[in-house]
Amino acid sequence: MSVAHLNGSRSQPVITTAGTEAGIRISEVSKVFGRGASALPALDRLSLEVAPGEFVCLIGASGCGKSTLLNLVARLDAPTSGEISTGGQRPALMFQEPALFPWLTAARNVELALRASGAPKAERRRRAGGLLDVVHLGSFAGKRPHELSGGMRQRVALARALAQDAELLLMDEPFGALDAMTRDLLHDELDKISAERGLTVLFVTHNVREAVRLGDRVVVLSSRPGRVIDEFAVPIRRPRRIDSPEVAGLAATITDRLREEMVRHGS
Amino acid sequence: MAANTTAAGSEAAALAGLDRLEIPQARDSVGSRARRIWAALWPKLLAVAIVLAVWELVYLSGWKSAAVLPGPAAVFSDLWAQLHTALLWQAIATTLRRAVIGFGLAIIIGVVVGALVSRIKPLRAAVGSMITALQTMPSIAWFPFAIIFFGVNTAAILFVIVLGAAPSIANGLITGVDYTPPLLLRAGRTMGLGRIAMYRHLILPASLPSFVAGLKQGWAFAWRSLMAGELLVIIMGQPSIGVLLSTYQDQSAMASTISIMIVILVLGLVVDTIFTRIDTTIRGRRGMLDPAVT
Repeated sequence: MSVAHLNGSRSQPVITTAGTEAGIRISEVSKVFGRGASALPALDRLSLEVAPGEFVCLIGASGCGKSTLLNLVARLDAPTSGEISTGGQRPALMFQEPALFPWLTAARNVELALRASGAPKAERRRRAGGLLDVVHLGSFAGKRPHELSGGMRQRVALARALAQDAELLLMDEPFGALDAMTRDLLHDELDKISAERGLTVLFVTHNVREAVRLGDRVVVLSSRPGRVIDEFAVPIRRPRRIDSPEVAGLAATITDRLREEMVRHGS
Repeated sequence: MAANTTAAGSEAAALAGLDRLEIPQARDSVGSRARRIWAALWPKLLAVAIVLAVWELVYLSGWKSAAVLPGPAAVFSDLWAQLHTALLWQAIATTLRRAVIGFGLAIIIGVVVGALVSRIKPLRAAVGSMITALQTMPSIAWFPFAIIFFGVNTAAILFVIVLGAAPSIANGLITGVDYTPPLLLRAGRTMGLGRIAMYRHLILPASLPSFVAGLKQGWAFAWRSLMAGELLVIIMGQPSIGVLLSTYQDQSAMASTISIMIVILVLGLVVDTIFTRIDTTIRGRRGMLDPAVT
């Protein structure tokens, strides 16, 4: 009976670190840049909860403070008011650019992220190799970033994010700069990895189809200042395809909702 | 389950295929190395040949007497003869020793000052512009001060070398630290690197290219200061390149003077080549070189 359960889909992750799973709780968070007359409110009393193991996509037009929100969750910046809890964990963060260190090989880039774990050098080396295998780049361990393609660099960045062994993964339009073919394959990759590891993912994108393709839930933000205006559960079974009619249908509904928001700003 | 496995397998295969298509094919390197060296070498050889030819023509024209302007042949036979004397090698050894000590001190001082200035804000406001001001000061203008302060000795020369080279080295380091890409700093912080680890693994490696550029510029200043110093600060009983040059000037021995100038030129070029090589290696590793140019 236990064997049968191991073949479960997303709702029953294959590997879970039971009990320690972390979610994200954002309550009434506001962020204002600048002071006085030139003060620019980026987020306005935004509340959002991401359950442990859930994959939530944040979508919104420009100026909705998506990246600001991720920075706050990653604790690169502090909110003006409100609270953010990540269950005491330091989340891993992936950017639109790979942000790899150009003087280090792919393997060394991953190893550097493992330093925080305090593991001895040999152990770090072994685990870095294993993580590169996870993103199918085992044979490129000795290459420097400039010798890799854009998609491969982003996979190294994913391996580096996984190296932190965080259960929370924040992604800031990580596939925005990639071509459609590569992005498609990386969606499959991310799907698999996040399910296998039971990761809690907060994924920012401006691509509605991508959001529907990946998310358990799609959260729509308003523009300037950012606030949650709507959310959509994604009931579509996995594995999903970005060009399937179900994904396209829900994406159209969400796009309409976004358009309404734009019209509201225009008038 | 079976369908799932094949789907995953085909996805990995597709990724592998995409990777292979996207990775630039390695160019064949056999034999092309010699060709590359030759391609880099012949323009330089040609330039030297042209200079020698013009020189020889001026000499043959009889515009100046052979004592004032000897031809290339006379100069090179003089140089050849000097290369067989212990005096020239002693002089080269003295001069290079001063260069190494002076430049070494300049590196230590430049790095310490650069590191402090790049980290401490008020210090930057106070010292930052002073470093640049110091850099614009012709080093030869420091010699009267140095000679009065230290006397006619090696310390005076080393002092001026350090003043000439250290600002460039400090500036190179400061620029490198300043220009560490903010995105990499954010990446480092999300990875949980501590303050010291950030410096060791991120900021210092990131500033290396700029630091090497500072070293290279610092060396040029150090070498010039050293030559000026050896001409102005003549220390008895210690043959150096500068002493030889000044002796031959006193003797109006033009062929020997030009010989020493050629030695100075070659020494400067050799060191410059070393720095250029280091610079190219570092930037090549980071993909900062245009493959069409190298």
